[in-house]
Amino acid sequence: MAFDETKTEDFKVVGQRVKRPDGVDKVTGKAKFGADAVAPGMLFAAIVRSPHAHARIVKIDTSKAEALSGVKGIVTRADFATGLTGGDLDVLENVMAGEKALYDGHAVAAVAATSQLVARDAAKLVEVEYEVLPHVTDVDKAMASDAPVIREGAADQSVPEGMHPNVVRYHESGHGDIEAGFAEADLVVEDSFKTEATHQGYIEPHACLAQLGGDNKGELWCCTQGHWNVQKLCAAMLGLETSQLRVTASEIGGGFGGKTAVFIEPVALALSRKTNRPVKLVMSRSEVFRATGPTASTSMDIKIGMKKDGTITAGQGTFRLQGGAFPGAPMEFTAMCAFAPYNLQNVKQVGYDVMANRPKQAAYRAPGSPMAAFAVESVIDELCKKLGLDPIEVRLKNASKQGTKASFGPTWDRIGLVETLEAAQSHPHYSAPLKEGQGRGISCGFWFNHGGETSVTLALSEDGTAQLSVGTPDIGGSRASMAQMAAEELGIPYENIRTTIADTATLGYNEVSHGSRVTYASGLATIKAARAAVKILCARAAAKWGIDEDAVVWENGCAKPSGPNAGEFDPLPIEKLTRSMGRTGGPIVGHFEATPEGAGVSFATHIVDAEVDKETGQTKVVRYTVVQDAGKAINPAYVEGQFQGGAAQGIGWALNEEYIYGEDGRLQNSVFLDYRIPVASDLPMIDTVIVEVPNPGHPYGVRGVGETSICPPLAAIANAVSNAAGVRLKELPMSPPRILAALEDQANNG
Amino acid sequence: MIHVNTKVNGDDVEFLCDPRETLLDALRDKLGLTGAKEGCGTGDCGACSVTMDGRLVCSCLVLGAEAEGKEIATVEGMAEGENLHILQEKFIEHAALQCGICTPGILVATKNLLEKHPEPTETQVRYWLAGNLCRCTGYDKIIRAVMETAADLRKAS
Ligand code: FES
Ligand code: FES
Repeated sequence: MAFDETKTEDFKVVGQRVKRPDGVDKVTGKAKFGADAVAPGMLFAAIVRSPHAHARIVKIDTSKAEALSGVKGIVTRADFATGLTGGDLDVLENVMAGEKALYDGHAVAAVAATSQLVARDAAKLVEVEYEVLPHVTDVDKAMASDAPVIREGAADQSVPEGMHPNVVRYHESGHGDIEAGFAEADLVVEDSFKTEATHQGYIEPHACLAQLGGDNKGELWCCTQGHWNVQKLCAAMLGLETSQLRVTASEIGGGFGGKTAVFIEPVALALSRKTNRPVKLVMSRSEVFRATGPTASTSMDIKIGMKKDGTITAGQGTFRLQGGAFPGAPMEFTAMCAFAPYNLQNVKQVGYDVMANRPKQAAYRAPGSPMAAFAVESVIDELCKKLGLDPIEVRLKNASKQGTKASFGPTWDRIGLVETLEAAQSHPHYSAPLKEGQGRGISCGFWFNHGGETSVTLALSEDGTAQLSVGTPDIGGSRASMAQMAAEELGIPYENIRTTIADTATLGYNEVSHGSRVTYASGLATIKAARAAVKILCARAAAKWGIDEDAVVWENGCAKPSGPNAGEFDPLPIEKLTRSMGRTGGPIVGHFEATPEGAGVSFATHIVDAEVDKETGQTKVVRYTVVQDAGKAINPAYVEGQFQGGAAQGIGWALNEEYIYGEDGRLQNSVFLDYRIPVASDLPMIDTVIVEVPNPGHPYGVRGVGETSICPPLAAIANAVSNAAGVRLKELPMSPPRILAALEDQANNG
Repeated sequence: MIHVNTKVNGDDVEFLCDPRETLLDALRDKLGLTGAKEGCGTGDCGACSVTMDGRLVCSCLVLGAEAEGKEIATVEGMAEGENLHILQEKFIEHAALQCGICTPGILVATKNLLEKHPEPTETQVRYWLAGNLCRCTGYDKIIRAVMETAADLRKAS
């Protein structure tokens, strides 16, 4: 197979439900996650955190803590690099507060001691004097003229004149003539929506083990979605040369975007340097909730016009996202995703990035998109209902296709939205009868997908097996799919490939595992690395046979003469070529480094049935179907897993999960008992349909699947609940008190 | 420090622990058995599930000192030599894990379920596992793996 060829059929290994290579380690307890590593002489660390939402740090007195037996070192902001600017400074400010604590849970100091218990005791003995400042945690209030200023001068030039300093970035996109579009409509619906912040809720808290000497050479083990990013950021924060810090990614116990940032790693390194001992730092669950990335909370206004036949004439959205005490709420993604599923002549979207006294938001599965879908798809549902139209028919009528100019600029290549809508329409779920008290909802969802910097190396062993080194942490079975792609190319059994997540010292740069990029980008790089190895194998065979390199083809794990030489020599199997490689030119290694840019966008359509108890306000999801375009499913079992996991997280976001702040600006629900994610008894089986519309940008047609699955659920469930309860829910989560309030409101106001 | 004598996965072991130290910390830090995980430390996630004298417990809610004279079983004791327990096999076969951090706890909890209720309904499995959080899978494949294990075990007996 030539280097750039695409392959869409006759797969042998790709498409199989193979067993994952790390399965045995993970079911026997052997797999080493972030908190499972130890080092001789290791110390344990604990972080001192602000109990105030907004406060000036007047003084930090560590003398009592230092006097405790077993305490070996304490660090504050003074132990980190100075002179950082821009994004690096923001990260450091978040990792360790400088002059002000900006949210409840913001780190202000850290202690290393001989045991976890001593470290925690010592953290309580660190005396911090605060001057408490006024705070704000709500997005709309943070934009109001009387809101306390989180940080002066944080806004960039995009922000229009006259806005509050807490508004730090602005986005606008669209095309056509909005007003003309609304004038053409038979019906215009306009409404406002809010969503609360939710947490990624990975079950493994952040954990790391750091070693840094006075010579500024370091080793770091941590659970992260991207260890090169950790390397770069930690080096900046500690004033190290990037290459002198080697970072190894542990097995990762869930990330969903939340482990793309650094929180504790620079702190552990600073403590290690100060004490000259290895330092282990593991967050408690409540630290995870208080100080690591929840999503942005939102406030949104949507206006959509529709003709009687279901044609959307215009769409307009305003999206205000609160992203914590730093710039970076993904409001442009919210704005760009909002109308992406639809072919609109007139569309306009506006976004505001707003700071408040909350932890810095972090990416969470398709960051920004689920909220947009909630607002837009709720309004479309309302229009369908008022005009008596079928919600799937209306979406099909307006669906984006190849050649459609997207709401935010690009023109779509081959995409699979229509196919997901058609599959949903013909799925038995869509026509199944509903019981009393139940409602059905559907929604579409969109995510960009991503490529990103990628390096992969594939080294052949003398026995004809292969060692594949990739640099994207395996967050959901990617070692299996990488090995499947390599096996497919090499024509050898899947079991003959061993995939390793290489550390930062052994491969070129790899961007974080995010943006649904791994199966696409590391997959593409794996295929190309394997093809590079095959090219060398063919050259070795050609040399042996004394024929031209181009006259050799690779089939079923063997080099074969082709063209005029076909049949002239017996095929040479891989192991024959690798056994002699030392004598025929040296080791055979294929590698690939690039920034692939053809990620291929992804669309999904979800159907959900919900049952609402009007007396208690309790909602139960009784049936759920995910239909999504995967381009090409390398391992269907793990594609289904991504679909199901995204849907389940969406169910939690829609119905239950929320950050609750008290009047004092403190987080009220920082444990799993109070921040309740869906448990097994809350959910039904989650049916899945994998649609395969090949992505032209990948040799096998792969599209990333990890993120789009969380885009439709909020809206689909809101539509189902609204149908079941007979009242439109405009605020998430649709917890029992909110449903009861909406019902009461409706009873009072008709 | 308290001197504790106990049995873990059939082996006699002893360790010294602080009176405040949990069984989970003792297993992980003193005995090097890191199969049980700390997801919350408050009894809400089940990642630390082990059995103590046959009873399913959150080891983060048990003190190390309470293990004195007891028999503890952890995920590390499930396989016999190189032969995986059938539940472990089924979890791999059904892709019932993504990140795998919840897996040890869920396996220990399900093994305990099947010992007590060899013919569970889907609802029973869901409620039994309601204390074991999994954020990755949506539970679908976990429930299927458990139901199929139960069916296979019945066929075999
Ligand atoms: S760690 Fe024990 S229940 Fe979560
Ligand atoms: S597989 Fe990740 S939490 Fe269950």
